[in-house]
Amino acid sequence: MSKLIRMDHTGHSTVAEWTAGDPAAVEAAVAALREELDRGYLAMVSTGPGHAEQVRELPVDAELVILRLPVAGG
Amino acid sequence: MATVDVLPESEALYWRTRVDAERLRHQGRLWTLSAVFHVIPFLGAAALLMWIQPLALPVALACVAHAWVIPELYAQRGANVLRPRGRLEDGPEQRSVGLLGDLVGDEARELHARTGLVLEPGKLGTWLVGEAGAVLLHGRRRRAYCYCIKVDASHPGAGGLPAGDRIAHLLLALRSDEQGFATVANLAFAGARWRLRRRVRREMRPALDAVPFRLDSASTAAG
Repeated sequence: MSKLIRMDHTGHSTVAEWTAGDPAAVEAAVAALREELDRGYLAMVSTGPGHAEQVRELPVDAELVILRLPVAGG
Repeated sequence: MATVDVLPESEALYWRTRVDAERLRHQGRLWTLSAVFHVIPFLGAAALLMWIQPLALPVALACVAHAWVIPELYAQRGANVLRPRGRLEDGPEQRSVGLLGDLVGDEARELHARTGLVLEPGKLGTWLVGEAGAVLLHGRRRRAYCYCIKVDASHPGAGGLPAGDRIAHLLLALRSDEQGFATVANLAFAGARWRLRRRVRREMRPALDAVPFRLDSASTAAG
């Protein structure tokens, strides 16, 4: 089961869950991701130790997609 | 899968030169020069006063104190980027630390539990990531570059994030584009690691000590 989670004041919240073989769940996850991107979140996928990529579309095969907020110099 | 190679936050700062090893070396030299130009005049004045009139010893000592205090103040400014911020209730804090733990290895997880900092090797050097900033130890001498960077407070969701999430935000940004991360961040201090070590909180010092002085393939270009 793959997960789309958002880091927030609760620690993190699960926004969507899907499996690649469930088109309805994938569609719901795609819509949820789009909504979060529109709210200004950035979607990140780990691509190995010490590496992450920002994605603009749902990577259906990824186990975990994390939504983060933009960062800025303090 | 449509991916983004450059940190989007850095694209907005088009006027900033993208940070690389050469840029780091340049910034490090400027900081060293700045420290020298702050210290030398005071030491020179102290020596001159003692030469002209030994009774001016108190004034000469005040000059020496200034020469010592100014670099310490800069180092303190650097250490402040690692200072922990406020804590929320236990639940969110634990959940956020759990997620952060999933992103890092066992050693980094253990170090975070002891020091509150995450050690992250990169191409520019080794990073120590805190809640509102990060320190890059770069080059042969492991010069410390202290960066102030945090979740953009102008976003509605930025308020009330637990500590683990604050670090995870920075860690994911760093991992996706290290140079972009260093470009977005504001440099608060660059200088000797020993100078920084004295100013960071005692419980955080093991994290600085965990980065060995050594030549490696990642960051020998400067320092």
